[in-house]
Amino acid sequence: MKGKLAEKATKAAIAVATAMAASIVMFIFFFLFCFSAPLISSWHLGQFLAKSWNPDARIFGIYPMIVGTFYIAGLATIIGAILGVSLAMFIEFVSGSMLARFLAWLVEFMAGIPTVVYGFSALFLLVPLIRESFGDGSGLCILAASMVLALVILPTVTMITLDRLKAVPGNLVMAVKSLGASSLEVLFYVHLPYAWKGIVSAVILGAGRAVGDTMIALMLAGNAVQVPSSILDSARTLTSHIALVTAADYESMSFKVIFVCGLLLFVFSAWNILFLKILGKIKR
Amino acid sequence: MKIIKKIIKTATICMILVFLLRGVSLSGDLDVFKGLSGHLQIAGGTAHIKCEKAAIKRIMKAYRAIRITIGGGGSGVGIKQVCEGLIDIGNTGRAPTPDEVKRCNLKVYKFAVDGIGVIVNPERKIEGITTNQLIGIFSGSITNWKDLGGPNVSINVYTRDSESGTRKVFWKKGLKKAQIIEKAYFVRSNAAMKTAVANDPYGIGYISLGVADNSVKLLAIDGVYPSRENVKSGKYRIARGLYMNTRGEPGPLAKAFITYMLSPEGQKLVEKFGFLPVR
Repeated sequence: MKGKLAEKATKAAIAVATAMAASIVMFIFFFLFCFSAPLISSWHLGQFLAKSWNPDARIFGIYPMIVGTFYIAGLATIIGAILGVSLAMFIEFVSGSMLARFLAWLVEFMAGIPTVVYGFSALFLLVPLIRESFGDGSGLCILAASMVLALVILPTVTMITLDRLKAVPGNLVMAVKSLGASSLEVLFYVHLPYAWKGIVSAVILGAGRAVGDTMIALMLAGNAVQVPSSILDSARTLTSHIALVTAADYESMSFKVIFVCGLLLFVFSAWNILFLKILGKIKR
Repeated sequence: MKIIKKIIKTATICMILVFLLRGVSLSGDLDVFKGLSGHLQIAGGTAHIKCEKAAIKRIMKAYRAIRITIGGGGSGVGIKQVCEGLIDIGNTGRAPTPDEVKRCNLKVYKFAVDGIGVIVNPERKIEGITTNQLIGIFSGSITNWKDLGGPNVSINVYTRDSESGTRKVFWKKGLKKAQIIEKAYFVRSNAAMKTAVANDPYGIGYISLGVADNSVKLLAIDGVYPSRENVKSGKYRIARGLYMNTRGEPGPLAKAFITYMLSPEGQKLVEKFGFLPVR
């Protein structure tokens, strides 16, 4: 009797926690939508998405920020995916050794470093280096932000990929090895085909982190409101834009536009989750 | 034994003296806080922070029951948060607009005058520029240091976000409302501006004179160096008041803080941090 009561109480507690978490997310979405709906309908979505940002001239478009986010997060995801997946494959390749254990520990450790620490170190180490090597500009640019952002998403990509590689059934590996395959061949012909879905979802989660991160781009990308034409140009992401403009007086247009930025980011993460769901449905 | 007694005696006298002296230094302008307690929240303009922090340190040392916190964000944040009642005092580096005053029923207290200086990295040989050159640089018609007698490297322009009071004043009085180029790098505070230009040998920016130090080089504009004397006499034009704003009449703690900042002791602090006193 007592046991049943405890079980019921636990269930109720978990249900309440779940309901709270879910309703908070729903509430945020509702809130963002309510604030941006009048703007989207009155100012035409196209204008938001196509125009530049110049509050002095009363122009409140976010096109440069969308492009900036796309470049910075995109480049970071590419670098982070290449490094992260390679690192995971290497750890799996040398699995069981001291080196593998050390690298796995290092990646876990990296996941715990606050991004502002990366940003601050890069400001004094990477930015001057880029400035000196390319001559023009201050070194605050897409390249700097993307390189550091790649480091930030590396643990996410590596840990999930490694997890999927480890899930490959041992008897399958044994069977292929008994046919005379080398470790490298096993990695490429057994592990990769078996785990590709996991690797893709790792990269997508990494991309999600890259788009959502604020501090790195804010500190390293220079935040210029322009459509960048090279990776050495300064750019501003949607998240930095929100961080820079929250200051605005709440009656002003610029303050309202922030909610549109928030909505865009929210829609992006929703799309990410949807994509992962679809990916889960695909048969390998 | 005698020696020990003597030591104890001297120590006691010393301690009494210290207490007396402490008592002396405590009386005076800080007395406005007598009998007050609670939490005072200040935020907004970033030029104010260092100076007000020094005042806060003194106040909290003398009156343990008072807790004062100060944050940045820029003048826009100061107005917004004081208007919403989130903070008690909103700092601004510009006078609030008539609309803001009306909407939020603001009471405005000017406690210092601050110049805004144009800064470059100390590596640059240049000592001064003309207003036309300044406008050219910030609006994009002058883009290379060689046009100013420097090396053949492009100029990196640093600016603040549109909520900054420093930017608003600089834009109006320094740039005559010329459009700042799209390429400009954005930094979030006066302190961040200093760090950015101190780290970029080819950077140029503008900053509160109270925040500028030896890590950056201030430029004379049209031959007028942004010295305290030149700001005071009005010869250096790019200057503004520093304000504290409250929604309606300030509460007892906010009132005491404002009174203290305007007292001789507070005004001495204002001077110590590179601003001009108003009293």
